[in-house]
Amino acid sequence: MHCGMCLPDCPTYNETGRERNSPRGRIALMRGIADGELEASREFAGEMSYCLGCLACTSACPAGVDYAHLLESARAEVEDRGLLDTPWRRAVRAVTIHGLFLRPRLLRAAGRMLRLWQASGMQSASRRLGLVRLLPRPLREAEPLTPEIQARFSDERIEEITPARGGRRHRVLLLTGCVQDLVFSDVNQATAEVLAENGCEVVTPRTQDCCGSLHAHNGEIEAAKRLARRQLDAIDPESYDAIISNAGGCGSHLRHYDRLLAEEPQYRERAAAWSRRLRDIHEWLVEIGFRAPLDPAAAVRRVTYHESCHLCHGQGVSRQPRELLGALPGVELVESADATTCCGSAGIYNLTQPETATRLQQRKVGHLLDSGAEVIATANPGCHLQIGNGLREAGRQPRVVHPVVLLAEAYRRERERAPE
Amino acid sequence: MIEELRSLLGPEHVLTEPEDVVPYGFDGAAALKQRPAAVVFPADTGEVAGIVKLCRERRVPVVSRGSGTGLSGGSVPVAGGVVLCLQRMKRILAIDRRNLTMEVEAGVITQDIFAAADEAGLFYPPDPGSMKISTIGGNVAENSGGLRGLKYGVTRDYVMGMEVVLADGSTCWLGNKCVKDVAGYNLRDLFIGSEGTLGIVTRVLLKLLPKPAARQTLLATFEAMDTAAATVSAIIASPIIPCTLEFLDRRTIRCVEEFAKVGLPGDAEALLLVETDGHPAAVADEAARIEQLAREHGATTVARAADAEEAARLATARRSAFSALARIRPTTILEDVTVPRSELAGMIRFIEEVAARHQLEIATFGHFGDGNLHPTILTDERNAAEMHRVELALEEIFAQTMKLGGTITGEHGVGLAKKQALREQFDEASYRLLGMIKRTLDPDGLLNPGKIIEPVES
Repeated sequence: MHCGMCLPDCPTYNETGRERNSPRGRIALMRGIADGELEASREFAGEMSYCLGCLACTSACPAGVDYAHLLESARAEVEDRGLLDTPWRRAVRAVTIHGLFLRPRLLRAAGRMLRLWQASGMQSASRRLGLVRLLPRPLREAEPLTPEIQARFSDERIEEITPARGGRRHRVLLLTGCVQDLVFSDVNQATAEVLAENGCEVVTPRTQDCCGSLHAHNGEIEAAKRLARRQLDAIDPESYDAIISNAGGCGSHLRHYDRLLAEEPQYRERAAAWSRRLRDIHEWLVEIGFRAPLDPAAAVRRVTYHESCHLCHGQGVSRQPRELLGALPGVELVESADATTCCGSAGIYNLTQPETATRLQQRKVGHLLDSGAEVIATANPGCHLQIGNGLREAGRQPRVVHPVVLLAEAYRRERERAPE
Repeated sequence: MIEELRSLLGPEHVLTEPEDVVPYGFDGAAALKQRPAAVVFPADTGEVAGIVKLCRERRVPVVSRGSGTGLSGGSVPVAGGVVLCLQRMKRILAIDRRNLTMEVEAGVITQDIFAAADEAGLFYPPDPGSMKISTIGGNVAENSGGLRGLKYGVTRDYVMGMEVVLADGSTCWLGNKCVKDVAGYNLRDLFIGSEGTLGIVTRVLLKLLPKPAARQTLLATFEAMDTAAATVSAIIASPIIPCTLEFLDRRTIRCVEEFAKVGLPGDAEALLLVETDGHPAAVADEAARIEQLAREHGATTVARAADAEEAARLATARRSAFSALARIRPTTILEDVTVPRSELAGMIRFIEEVAARHQLEIATFGHFGDGNLHPTILTDERNAAEMHRVELALEEIFAQTMKLGGTITGEHGVGLAKKQALREQFDEASYRLLGMIKRTLDPDGLLNPGKIIEPVES
């Protein structure tokens, strides 16, 4: 099957018009290598890394081709053969993928140091003094993208067990993520709150591991498996009605632990149980019939929803976040053009392919501003940062926020008005 | 040669690296592949002519290509040849509201033509399944059909004129904005459906229609294929010519529903998707009569689309049928046999028998109102024994089609896939005529050689 129905939805094909930059073309290259007609070359490796992995093609594909799996396998092959290997790249990957994101305590320690740097004013001072110019070029270019670290991480904001309000109907486990924990622990806190508000007892294990999505998406399947096994060792999925993820990119990977560990007899069953229970937060709230908050006095706000690729294309969750937003008092939900098109964040794409990422970012920000929304809701930390940075560069400041935070705020306002 | 192409087009518009050209080795069916030496992207007709001249001097074959969504191997490259890709030529040049025409470059996407006409309050009817990515040049080269063929005809019926680059590199314009024109041979028609073997179409003058004032879509389900076929015959004989009269069997319904989630009933054996359009009163009357006929002929349910959006969703879902069938088995072999409409029920039964006899899984959908069927064999190319049974089944289906006065291809073209069957369909004199035309227009045999008929002996 080579029907090409994916082409109009592929952001990189739309950028270049070249078949190799499309899902169909990339699959042709993979097939060429499998058939022994092509070498697995540096060019091939470059193409695999040029793909955003946004999976818009997967939503468009009538034939149900599992592109995510093909891409992950191809990227793993690229890493195994060291096709893109350079000393600098090796160093970066050693520190991040094989270092910080395999060691949760170290990651949080690094986060605290970064926080100290930012909160003490050192960051702005070094920017002002132009000290960043002393950094090697790749770091210098990435420096402005440094996210602002939260003062308190999830464990300090959320109790290990948050009791359900008004009678326990469900028991769920909350995954706090890595970037989400460091940069958006308020989203995790809001998630715990809205779950409790809707009859869920929320268990939030301390110092959680990375889910391995970063690793799987970047060709490090073995590391991804190791992290998945660690999660399953620490968490028994059978003890919960649902395992909740609130980050699109993580959820898309977390859902597939069953496939990732399918060949491992010791973990197979537990992984399958895990995947069955894995829910995106919006999906779960709609599934259990969340309560719409009341606020007759709420001011009218125009809100638009940018869809995280791995939430809408990767997990097929598109209707539920809108349902949630639509239930908020005073919210007028407006659509922006190409809401399901990638913003260019795409994991670490904005670091590996800055030019394309920036073009996609500018286009996205333009569409979002054109919608006239005062609030931009999105449910993935990468998108959140990418859009926030894009708006800052455009000199515009609509609020960027996770839908769950808006819901939590509405519940809080409700409680303030009518104390129990 | 490559250097000359680079200086003609600019280096960025000439691809030669293996990773760049391998993805151009296929068309939509993916069954056949070849590696071209170069893929080139001309910006205008002058550059197309320049490429053709260069290739002629060097005796290098040229295969023209739009988006590569064909289904018969028509745009599969010739090994070591040049692929001339028209996708950069994508300007809509003019919409003439006084004469109801639109002039476009060959690389314009079919969907964009529909949308531009729609915006101007007009209507471009041909809607092939791949219209969201197919190009008009490809549609003209293949004479593509679509869902609206029953009432509105196919691409051929909307081509009033065209610019063609001939095999010697010269450029000619055929046709005009006149509704009537019998000056000379109808050369325009010669190039429509010629699959790039006679010349390269670079511009097209299209006919537009007034937009129908109203539309109504109906969905009827049946417990047997026979009763669905009988309903179609009754609708045509009554006589009503709906805009669309599509058929899906149970397998196709399930695959399409799994993808598109538009609420098709998974338990029905057969489904008819009918659309009537035109004056509101006529639409209301036709819809009522179609509904009544369907019920009289044993439809289990008849539902009407609530609004235009639901109707569009249903049509889009139907267009995904071929691709959606790939969900079942790794290899899908799509056929395009067409029979006179009176023979439809018999042909459907025959295909079911063939599937049972050869132990094959065949899903059938198609443009029932046109007699145009797409029996799709769901198989696995790695299973040699099964592939042998596939060949036998195809031979029988083709033979039966001939027997019923049908044709091996209604809208997908001959390309590479149906060359042998074409030879059997045509009588000796007609087949010779094909060769004579090819040799006259392309004496060196460099334009898409080996497609439709065997390469010209030189």
